[in-house]
Amino acid sequence: MSQSAPLPLVESLLDAPLPGSGIAWLDAARRENREAFASGGLPDTRVEAWKYTALRALGQRSFAHGDSQAHTRIVDASTLTLPGIDGPKLVFVNGVFRADLSALDSLPAGLTLQPLSQALHGDAEPLRFALSWPAVVGHVREAGDAFAQINAASAGDGVVLRVAANTKVAVPVQLVFVGASAENVLAWHARNVIELGDDAELTLVEQHIANGEQGHLATLVSDIDLREGARLHHIILQNADIGANLIRRSSLHLQARAHARLHVLELGGALVRHDLRAELLGDGAQLDTRGVFMPHGRQHIDTQLAIRHQALNTTSSSNWRGVANDRARGVFRGAIVVAPGADGSDASLSNKNLLLSPSAEIDTKPELEIYADEVKAAHGATVGQLDERSLFYLRSRGIPQAEARALLTAAFCRAVLDDLPNETLREHLSALLIAHLPT
Amino acid sequence: MAFHSNESLKFITMLKIENLHARVEGREILKGLSLTVNAGEVHAIMGPNGAGKSTLGNVLSGREGYEVTAGTVTYNGIDLLALEPEERAAAGVFLAFQYPVEIPGVNNTYFLRAAFNAQRKGRGEKELDSMQFLKLVREKLKVMQISDELLHRAVNEGFSGGEKKRNEIFQMAVLEPQLAILDETDSGLDIDALKQVAQGVNALRSPARAFLMITHYQRLLDYVVPDFVHVLADGRIVESGDKSLALKLEEHGYVGIGEGASA
Repeated sequence: MSQSAPLPLVESLLDAPLPGSGIAWLDAARRENREAFASGGLPDTRVEAWKYTALRALGQRSFAHGDSQAHTRIVDASTLTLPGIDGPKLVFVNGVFRADLSALDSLPAGLTLQPLSQALHGDAEPLRFALSWPAVVGHVREAGDAFAQINAASAGDGVVLRVAANTKVAVPVQLVFVGASAENVLAWHARNVIELGDDAELTLVEQHIANGEQGHLATLVSDIDLREGARLHHIILQNADIGANLIRRSSLHLQARAHARLHVLELGGALVRHDLRAELLGDGAQLDTRGVFMPHGRQHIDTQLAIRHQALNTTSSSNWRGVANDRARGVFRGAIVVAPGADGSDASLSNKNLLLSPSAEIDTKPELEIYADEVKAAHGATVGQLDERSLFYLRSRGIPQAEARALLTAAFCRAVLDDLPNETLREHLSALLIAHLPT
Repeated sequence: MAFHSNESLKFITMLKIENLHARVEGREILKGLSLTVNAGEVHAIMGPNGAGKSTLGNVLSGREGYEVTAGTVTYNGIDLLALEPEERAAAGVFLAFQYPVEIPGVNNTYFLRAAFNAQRKGRGEKELDSMQFLKLVREKLKVMQISDELLHRAVNEGFSGGEKKRNEIFQMAVLEPQLAILDETDSGLDIDALKQVAQGVNALRSPARAFLMITHYQRLLDYVVPDFVHVLADGRIVESGDKSLALKLEEHGYVGIGEGASA
């Protein structure tokens, strides 16, 4: 974190003008975050959370800001649809909202869905708490928040989604972030604020896709609040361009009896980082996370899952699988804290990994800290190769070696999709996983 | 292959093993095993633990880690040992595993169709689509008296010992091998499960198909009556006879068997 010679990355990100909002508190927060980023710089591998993800190479690169053509870039509409998903949709291209590609007509009653840029034209006050971060009084800043800071400073758009109390949204809502080829290699940002009222229900599909070869740097920060008894099923499909750098943070806050389920597929990208944080704040809150990361080539995919049980009888279960091939690297950190007072909580975490090549690497680190009583907790992580007995069994039945390996690998990753209720979508995602396997 | 009548099949040599020596982890297990199996015949290979019975099955099906140091295995006129496991399967060799492997996440029907079509592809035959294949599978289920619930489960996952063995026989029925090697298929089965497995094997007996039944006990042979019984001891066939040899073994055990045959 040197002060003397700013890295080209830091310099180029600071070069972007702040999006002016005309809202005094927001402009002030953006300025503060920009300053924090300027003085803090990038985290290096001495910071525990960045131990396995070095930013040295990225730090030497410069990214242009603002895609003046984002409004008119042609995007193949078929890439914006998913089988089994047909509902409201918000589409961003290089961080810019695209009304023409979105579907916001006839939103169900109780659902608010709009781009942040529009939401700020109306009553911005409800967004104040989320968007003031980290300037909120008393908020402790962590080392390594650099990307959240530059996101808070520079994101001019993103998603604002609210579900009113007691509203069960029957159709899934789709958020699509497209990285599109541009004249320059770009940095773009998106800031999402998602709130489910008491006993509200929503299925949310978040997609990260590529439109051509690009290699941009994107940062996305999502705050997801679930009020008492709210239920969210959140599916994240990250299928960005193979050259893309994608740094995301999703922070979930669960009040009493709230239930969040996540299915996460990390397939694309060059350097991918996802900080997935969940705080179980109310009694009986429940979190289930499932995920698979499949880096190949020279991809680097890092998932940092941090779960805090802070109330009585809270439950979390996490099941993640990693498959690394070629010279790729996967990183998984699953940190669970059961805080004092979170008695009767139940936390389980499993991360199983497959290395398909001798040059591939997966670093996995489950961490469990328990400060409460009568807690049930289980965690485990493995890294291994395909089971030779299973391979021989398949081959002895006539299935050629390469096909047998693919079949076993697919079965290994598909396990994370088992409890995804939308069968059409499950089949589609399963096919995507198989398409990503080495042939 | 053109067969003129069922009778003529009886005398076609399907498998010829000559002076087979094989090592596992540097230890010699098979020490000059010779055996000839003709189409339509059922051969039982019996012997004490550690004699090399399972090694024989594994060597014939091409499992890694089994090193053949001498001898030949000719199957329908070709060098079986030169083939990959999947090529042996496509050529009609089937091993029913002593310990069938559980494969979570792979559906039984999907697995079987992949195997069935891979074999057909290997032989240059047309693959079956899922509807055609399902029809075939349902017919086989009927013959094997197996409930179709088995089709929807993952391969062997959570199966009881008996269900696993029945699944092996069911796979055999679908894949229709020419040479079926049953490695201790009877072990761990109660009498009802044993009868069911035996009934399945008997239903598959045909003049074009040969069986090699590896077993420790005579029990299975009450239900699947072999044409020949061989005693495998210390890596070689030390005595051969008809089914009465199995009864003799049951009475007297393996002690003393084949001593006269040792060279």
